[in-house]
Amino acid sequence: MGSKNRRKTDKDSERLAIELTGVSRSFNDNVALDNLDLAIPYNQITVLLGPNGAGKTTAIRTITGALATQAGTTRVFGMDPTEHGESVRSRCGIVSAKPALYDRLSGWDNLRYAAELYGLGKNSEVDVTITEAANRFDILDALDNKVGGYSTGMKTRLALARSILHEPELLLFDEPTSGLDPESAAAVLELIRTLTDRGNTVLMCTHHLVEAEGLADNIVMLESGHQLLAGRPKELSSQLWPTKQVRITSSPNNTQDELTTSISTIAQTLKQGIALREQQDHSVLLNIESEDLVPRVVADLVNSGIQIAKVEPIDHTLEQLYFEVRRRHANGQHEDRNSSGIPQQDLVGVQSS
Amino acid sequence: MNFNHVKAVTRTDLKQLLYARDFWMPMLILGGMFFAVLPITLLLAISSLGDVETVAKVAGAIDVLPQSAQEQIRGDTESGRTMYALAVFLFAPMAIVVPLTISTAVGAATIVGEREKGTGEFLAHSPAGVHEIYLGKLLASMIPGYGTALVGFTVYSFIVNTIVGPEVGGWFFPTKEWWVLMLWVVPPFLALTLSIILRLSAKVKSTAAAQQASGLVTLPLIGIAYSQSTGTLFGASSAAYYIGAIVWVAALIMLWRGMKSVQRSRLLGISDGI
Repeated sequence: MGSKNRRKTDKDSERLAIELTGVSRSFNDNVALDNLDLAIPYNQITVLLGPNGAGKTTAIRTITGALATQAGTTRVFGMDPTEHGESVRSRCGIVSAKPALYDRLSGWDNLRYAAELYGLGKNSEVDVTITEAANRFDILDALDNKVGGYSTGMKTRLALARSILHEPELLLFDEPTSGLDPESAAAVLELIRTLTDRGNTVLMCTHHLVEAEGLADNIVMLESGHQLLAGRPKELSSQLWPTKQVRITSSPNNTQDELTTSISTIAQTLKQGIALREQQDHSVLLNIESEDLVPRVVADLVNSGIQIAKVEPIDHTLEQLYFEVRRRHANGQHEDRNSSGIPQQDLVGVQSS
Repeated sequence: MNFNHVKAVTRTDLKQLLYARDFWMPMLILGGMFFAVLPITLLLAISSLGDVETVAKVAGAIDVLPQSAQEQIRGDTESGRTMYALAVFLFAPMAIVVPLTISTAVGAATIVGEREKGTGEFLAHSPAGVHEIYLGKLLASMIPGYGTALVGFTVYSFIVNTIVGPEVGGWFFPTKEWWVLMLWVVPPFLALTLSIILRLSAKVKSTAAAQQASGLVTLPLIGIAYSQSTGTLFGASSAAYYIGAIVWVAALIMLWRGMKSVQRSRLLGISDGI
């Protein structure tokens, strides 16, 4: 990425690229955004998660000012996009759920059109910029062809190339892998990852949790137009499940009862720090206070005649986090704090540090 | 107003039209029929018949024309005077029908088409202002219709001068009244019609609905434009200047109001803009 649009300072990470406060938007009787708060930091990938109809696309549309809000305030780069729409939009690159390309035109024509609208002009330097962008997304060879003949993956890559032509500071991707095969989706995600390496801020909407896993610096979970949860995935996971978990599997030579009895004995000996959570198929799932206890537990099991086949620390996936949060939200305010480690009311408004 | 945005929108829309052979072929045929095939057939028929009874009857119709129109007619023979009258007075509708039909067809699809194809999302998120998008699309709708009319007018002039010219003492077309018609009367009627069509295109839900509605709206306008055009050709050129001026004012007012009809939310397919 070049420096033309760069206005970042060392304090960028402390500031917010996007800030929505109490934003609401309805379409007739359908509430799309309901008092939504959103805080998107600079230079990071933030993933908006949520089921269909959660308000992800509407949120993107309000961020660019394409859609006016009915309540609340929106600030993008510190500006209100409904008042300073051109300034905001010229610093954003967008890939919408449908690539929004002109099928009758060639790839070149589509990119040149974007270049003109984003103020890059029509000179030969623009062709160099287009070539570089197309090359990055491996679509250069197809630029002479009409877009109507492109595959879904090619269209997405062309839309991605178009989104970075003007070197935007903020990239807004709405379901960028929608309709792509797994290989193409992985390639697109890898390309998105490289964008933040170059200093871009990325806000991506998806309902594919696997995609968000590993990609997101921050996640924001939406449901029915409001925020359920926001923060860094690992921090949220440790807030949701403060107790570590480990699964220990014995060999078939030991019965389930032998394994369970040994664990109970060890737990009584230690007095605190471990608790049996589940037992099945020659294995036990333990809640442990500290990973330091694991060698001690394993040694005691071996001493009691248990043959250990496997010891696995349990890392919760984003998918588990997602469904756990949604489950607790659905259960309302009466969720048992001890089983979750985090009360339901704390789920809303947690921000990344 | 960023005119680079306007130019970009216009150029891209025109380029898409150029690639849409299924669209411009019928329009080309329409223009060809009105500006070339019909005049050639009719004028050559009269030319080859000469001063026979049929032509004499047609020539008799000249007597019912206004005095100012009759005074314009040149030629020494009945067939010559008949051909002159037909060439100058009969084909006024084509100057109106062809550009209005083509521009209406383009304009009806222009905004709702973006929404239907999903490309409205790109425009809505782009830095281009809604007024720039509107103006760009207005020009992209106007240029094919008016351009076809001007090219057809040139072709028609050549045909008329070639066939009728020798009968009336040389090249005579375009007459002053035709210049007024093509350069002063037709453009504001086109702009006025398009201002209505683009508003429709921004508000309806599908291209089909836009085309249906635009047909209803433009029909009376075509009638008015036709009558004013005929009046212009009949020699009421001073009135034509006033009529043109009035229609220009109306068109500008409607265009200004039409600009408000394009909203980003509508480009996204959302009709309840705040």
